[in-house]
Amino acid sequence: MSTDPSNLDSLVNRRYEHGFVTDIETDSLPPGLDEDVIRAISARKNEPEFMLEWRLKAYRHWLTMQEPEWAHLHYPKIDYQEISYFAAPKSDKDKPQSLADVDPKLLETYDKLGIPLHERARLAGVAVDAVFDSVSVATTFKEKLNDAGVIFCPFSEAVMEHPELIKKYLGSVVPRRDNYFAALNSAVFSDGSFVYIPKGVRCPMELSTYFRINAANTGQFERTLIVADEGSHVSYLEGCTAPMRDENQLHAAVVELVALKDAEIKYSTVQNWYPGDEEGKGGIYNFVTKRGDCRGASSKISWTQVETGSAITWKYPSCILRGENSVGEFYSVAVTNNMQQADTGTKMIHIGRNTTSTIVSKGISAGRAQQSYRGLVRVLPQASGARNHAQCDSLLIGKECGAHTFPYMEIKNPTAKIEHEATTSKISADQLFYCRQRGISEEDAVNMIVNGFCKDVFKQLPMEFAVEAQALLNVSLEGAVG
Amino acid sequence: MSNMLEINNLHAGIGETQILNGLDLTVNSGEIHAIMGPNGSGKSTLAQVIAGHADYRVSAGTVSYKGEDLLEYEPEERARRGIFLGFQYPVEIPGVNNAYLLKAALNAKRRHNGLAEIDAFEFLQLARKKMSDLGMDPVFLNRGVNEGFSGGEKKRNEILQMAMLEPELAILDETDSGLDIDALKAVAAGVNALRDPARAIVLVTHYQRLLDYVEPDFVHVLSDGKIARSGDKSLALELEEKGYEWIREAAAG
Repeated sequence: MSTDPSNLDSLVNRRYEHGFVTDIETDSLPPGLDEDVIRAISARKNEPEFMLEWRLKAYRHWLTMQEPEWAHLHYPKIDYQEISYFAAPKSDKDKPQSLADVDPKLLETYDKLGIPLHERARLAGVAVDAVFDSVSVATTFKEKLNDAGVIFCPFSEAVMEHPELIKKYLGSVVPRRDNYFAALNSAVFSDGSFVYIPKGVRCPMELSTYFRINAANTGQFERTLIVADEGSHVSYLEGCTAPMRDENQLHAAVVELVALKDAEIKYSTVQNWYPGDEEGKGGIYNFVTKRGDCRGASSKISWTQVETGSAITWKYPSCILRGENSVGEFYSVAVTNNMQQADTGTKMIHIGRNTTSTIVSKGISAGRAQQSYRGLVRVLPQASGARNHAQCDSLLIGKECGAHTFPYMEIKNPTAKIEHEATTSKISADQLFYCRQRGISEEDAVNMIVNGFCKDVFKQLPMEFAVEAQALLNVSLEGAVG
Repeated sequence: MSNMLEINNLHAGIGETQILNGLDLTVNSGEIHAIMGPNGSGKSTLAQVIAGHADYRVSAGTVSYKGEDLLEYEPEERARRGIFLGFQYPVEIPGVNNAYLLKAALNAKRRHNGLAEIDAFEFLQLARKKMSDLGMDPVFLNRGVNEGFSGGEKKRNEILQMAMLEPELAILDETDSGLDIDALKAVAAGVNALRDPARAIVLVTHYQRLLDYVEPDFVHVLSDGKIARSGDKSLALELEEKGYEWIREAAAG
């Protein structure tokens, strides 16, 4: 097939065969995946040649791979030719023009979560200029970051503006061939964020995709790369407690973190994509590869996640503890209700000496949901003095849900100290009655007990995120009891 | 003195087992009643039925509280209307801050009564004051609800909750059991402090011991699911002397 970007038009026009209506302002590729599609994506983004080559290599390898089946997940086979791999953001004209045009149910949820009014419009996808001008706020942030020398921009911009950094670090933590979904992402990634914190800089604010100037929908194949240079420090917030409008069912994101000597990265996620209806229809499939590389001595990477959304979650944020005395942390709350399924956990790979890792995983299952914790602690022969502490607790609400724990340990160094604790508990009728006898409704009692169960993780979240996360949990478990 | 609680011909049980067999009891505001009786006589069942535990089924009879049919209400609705049960075995709720539960309970009741919610500052002041009255270390406020508490600490915590919630009808289910003498005195002081013309207190107890410190107006002896004998505090002393067999024989004869 031709590699000439001028063939783009014929590709774009292919949609007519499928009966699509052309709209000059929408800019999507028809469903299907082949090398021409990848060339078209790359061309749309005006990417340099190295980026296209990188994508194509990933695609060619992906073709040789098999979709993994080892996870404790059941879902219909995905037809990768049915998916459209490039959709430009909707134009304002196609968006709701005001909150009055937005689904009242969505607004009700925002209300329960206590989302401020001006944020609701943005979250619901209301045309921005019809609501308020966010540019001035964003500009202030951008200036502050510029003064500190921090680079924080859309991934596609970084490819153009900072190709040397992209070449050096992209795929250096999650290689193109890492796994099926990472390879697919490498071939077709839509956009994402790039962060570079220079030597010795403490990022002056918490970075959030929320404040990025180009905050348009980054799509289903998001790519994030964060590099913390020597002695730097950054806290990054991903996602949002509010349910996001999204029409794509399959999501396969890749996040790579690189922490050099004495650097620290704290990465917090709140994931609340559509979980499907009570029968599990229509929910998002979320296959994510997140990995951090503690490349330098005494570096630290900390993952904190609150996962309440998606029909299917396949996600294992991991740390490679390469540098001596480096530290990896994983704090997770995962909630599954109704028909949701989650197979999630972490990997801690101890390579350097005196490396330390901590795992705290809290899983809550309700309805007919199934949840698995899958964790690997690997200590290589040279990692003398490695320490790991893992605590995995499951809380069951009701009789039809399931919790499963799959801890793997591969310890090749005799000096390593490894501790694993696991508990499974239920919200007992006695606990509920006790709270109700004190005048607290059953629903509030469940929320209280669940939040108590998750406390060790919530206290790791940045303050306002923690408050939102608690509200989110309550909404996610609505109707789980009684 | 007005009629607070009126129980007529109450039949109730758990599963297929019938425990209460036609119990009658009237409690007026301002009164302290002690309900005594041997194990299995139905003391705790009575407490649980009044509080509304779902496992207990009422098959006949009526329970009215301040003139309303109490059995119509959910447990939390009863609580907000002023009924407090001090549990025999207070449950542990790991991770849930004791202060958090207490504040939520207090505010649920205040909302029901159309009062503004208490703010964190007022709440802390109030809680610290009540704790110092009870001789409790304020550090308990920040621990998980009953999490890792000793038996005595759990019972004191129940009394603290009662003191904070200021119920109109308090039922204390064997709050004295398993307490050493200091804890018993502290619990008794907490109960006595709540003695009020507008409040009724029902002490469910196996032993006379608590009644040395909290003087009841009436003592009832339960046997086989109904009240076999009622009297004043001298009945408790008589029981202590003669044992429960005496009541059973008297009831049979």
